[in-house]
Amino acid sequence: MDKTQNQAYEEFIKGIWRENPVFVQVLGMCPMLAVTNSAINAFAMGGATFFVLVGSSFLVASFKNLIRKQVRISSFIIIIATFVTVADYTLEALVPTVHKELGAFIPLIVANCMILGRQEAFASKNTISMAVMDAIGMAAGFMLALLTLGSVREILGNGSLFGVDLFGPDFEPWIIMILPPGGFLTLGLILLVFNWFTVKKAQFIDKVAAAERSSS
Amino acid sequence: MTAESETVGSAGPQMPEIVPESPTIRLVVTLALAGLISGIAIMGIYEVTLPTITANKARVLREGVFKVLPGANRLQKLIYVDGDLAPTADTRKDEQPIYAGYDMDGSFVGYAIPGAGPGFQDTIGLLYGFKPNTRQVIGMEVLESKETPGLGDKIYKDAEFVANFRQLSIEPEIVTVKKGKKSAANEVDAITGATISSKAIVRIINETNDIWLSRLPEPGAEPPLLEVQTEAAESAKTVD
Repeated sequence: MDKTQNQAYEEFIKGIWRENPVFVQVLGMCPMLAVTNSAINAFAMGGATFFVLVGSSFLVASFKNLIRKQVRISSFIIIIATFVTVADYTLEALVPTVHKELGAFIPLIVANCMILGRQEAFASKNTISMAVMDAIGMAAGFMLALLTLGSVREILGNGSLFGVDLFGPDFEPWIIMILPPGGFLTLGLILLVFNWFTVKKAQFIDKVAAAERSSS
Repeated sequence: MTAESETVGSAGPQMPEIVPESPTIRLVVTLALAGLISGIAIMGIYEVTLPTITANKARVLREGVFKVLPGANRLQKLIYVDGDLAPTADTRKDEQPIYAGYDMDGSFVGYAIPGAGPGFQDTIGLLYGFKPNTRQVIGMEVLESKETPGLGDKIYKDAEFVANFRQLSIEPEIVTVKKGKKSAANEVDAITGATISSKAIVRIINETNDIWLSRLPEPGAEPPLLEVQTEAAESAKTVD
């Protein structure tokens, strides 16, 4: 029991940091760059992706024995597309303004390689509960990345966060940050920091290990 | 991952694991079943959300009409048939209606005319208020747009730009000028960094004017507000 819990926690936490879909696997770049020009858009996209990924992983893991190997990719896509359509209509009915902002990028969640990647690499080979934990972790990691990028770009490019003005009228926004190049610049810099941090951490662990060896 | 999925699919000789051959019919059945279930699910969610989506759209339109026609709080839908502008109550899909706005006493305020045309990214759909006796645009509201967030979307987010259309002469034809250069009554200050979107708005209004201005009756001869319509509009308002 304890072991399963541990494993479930592992599957959940790896998506947020160690195997973060954006910062480590560099997947799902299309929505990542396209809708992160404001924090609220990033949040809505993260939410929709969360719903689609968790729902699809649950179904794929449930039906993994029924889905024939030769047609599995098509079956995954059908499942994902169904969830995306449901998310699309629901958002349009409940929050029309956000739906208007995200526009074409909601249907494009179907083509988010992170989602198909999780079905192929994980959900189709694991139990339902593990698949759902993995999906929640990955979706949370994706949401975290979207929000980071969206916040940085909105603060620099528009002087606001979640639509709240931060710096007053004297702030000259860096318009480039909310344009597509700003997405690439910000993502590049964040990846740089992330990798630098990972390398530093590995070096630190090595050093500690070396120190322990020499002292014993 | 791609390489793996290819080898599994095509049963090549160098394949690491042996995948049991499934008869084609099984594959077809699996996919057909998946498609069927997915289709039913999509039909269901469409049926469930359709009333809300339609109601949302109608509300946005009604609010838009009242926004572009300051002072109006009743509206009447008009269609152009056989050279005449007539009130209508039914909603057909192919028709292109305009809306007449009236104040509390039922006197005519202006027309709200929908227009659409290509923007920077995709079609921009808008609604503008037109006052026939002064030949002025008195309000503009973007209903549909996928313009660049942060730049092009200022066509509806930037209050300064929208204010250009509160008292805008349509003769001679509306033109865009560089921000801050507006000097004549028919000029619009463009948005810095979103010139194409700004120009698109002006072009849509000009093009829609070309279609509709000749169809409108003489100022003073506007269709009167029908009582039936008033009640309908008011009951619709109280629902909100």
